[in-house]
Amino acid sequence: MLRGIAALLLFQLLGESLVFLTKLPVPGPVVGLVLLFLALQLGRRTGRAPFPQVEGAAGALLSNLGLLFVPAGVGIVSLWGVLQSQLGPIAVVLIASAAFTLAVTVWTFIAARRFFDGKWGS
Amino acid sequence: MRSPVDLWVYLSTSPLIWLTLTVCTWIAASELSVRLKRNPLVNPVLTSVIFLSAVMTVFHIPYEKFFAGAQFVHFLLGPATVAIAVPLYLQWDEVKRVLAPIGVALAVGSVAAVLSVVVLGTLVGLPREMMISFLPKSATAGVAMAISSSLGGNPSLTAVLVILTGIIGALIVTPLMNRMGIRDYAARGFAVGLTSHGIGTARAYDVDPTAGLFAGIAMALNALATSLIVPIAARLLLGA
Repeated sequence: MLRGIAALLLFQLLGESLVFLTKLPVPGPVVGLVLLFLALQLGRRTGRAPFPQVEGAAGALLSNLGLLFVPAGVGIVSLWGVLQSQLGPIAVVLIASAAFTLAVTVWTFIAARRFFDGKWGS
Repeated sequence: MRSPVDLWVYLSTSPLIWLTLTVCTWIAASELSVRLKRNPLVNPVLTSVIFLSAVMTVFHIPYEKFFAGAQFVHFLLGPATVAIAVPLYLQWDEVKRVLAPIGVALAVGSVAAVLSVVVLGTLVGLPREMMISFLPKSATAGVAMAISSSLGGNPSLTAVLVILTGIIGALIVTPLMNRMGIRDYAARGFAVGLTSHGIGTARAYDVDPTAGLFAGIAMALNALATSLIVPIAARLLLGA
């Protein structure tokens, strides 16, 4: 478990460092995600698991992902003044944008799957 | 012997009590959600935030004091983002088979999530400086906050909008998809993971395991896509 956590921290550190050095417009943890994914794939190609404990550590974090949102969410208290003044517009944008994104994505996924299935006959 | 009031004064200034309260509230909220058959209205993120906000308001605890303790949980958002690589790696064979539809749906969906904010926000007259904080709302909190602060937005506001988007998506996905007559659970899961990140993914796992798998994939890919799209959208459309 500890080694798994160390691997996650290490890849985040790598990601953050790379972003700092290259001024990439991508958050450090996202670069860490890509690097870890590539390292795991490389490990599979070469026939050994480079970070055997990373699965347990990742599973523990991701199965309680909701908890990690809570501290930032409570920030709504200190932002209440800002939010209150724009409550109507904020609600409209959030709800309409979520419904639109859901509908467009699900429709595109199904249409694309049909298109490619037909094309490749699978 | 000191009085209980002294104890409260002592504890309320230490980070320990707020960290403990955050973790225990989360456990209770998760338990409540399981007991009520995972009804999206008692989403554990929603109930935890409401309960803790109420405590902060009633006891006049400034957010900074609360966050001094809760930051230890908050910090884990970074490693949790890196951790998304693991399910993506484990499910890569599944992903590879539908790579083309995933790619197309990701490209269209992630742009729709960002563009709809610009269009709707302009229509309802949302202040421009607030719009920047809105743009990455469909990405997972750690990523969205990083994007927002790098563009001069307000990361705390972004975090709140991310969480609200997560809860809204988790609430409306099932009735919306049923009304649209969509029974493809891979597609439904992908849509809610892309729109509503981790909160949507948790909801998808409650409904169907295939939906959960594709929601997780969409969340991982949209964290990447959003961090590429938002800086471009901010520059082109908002002149940031």
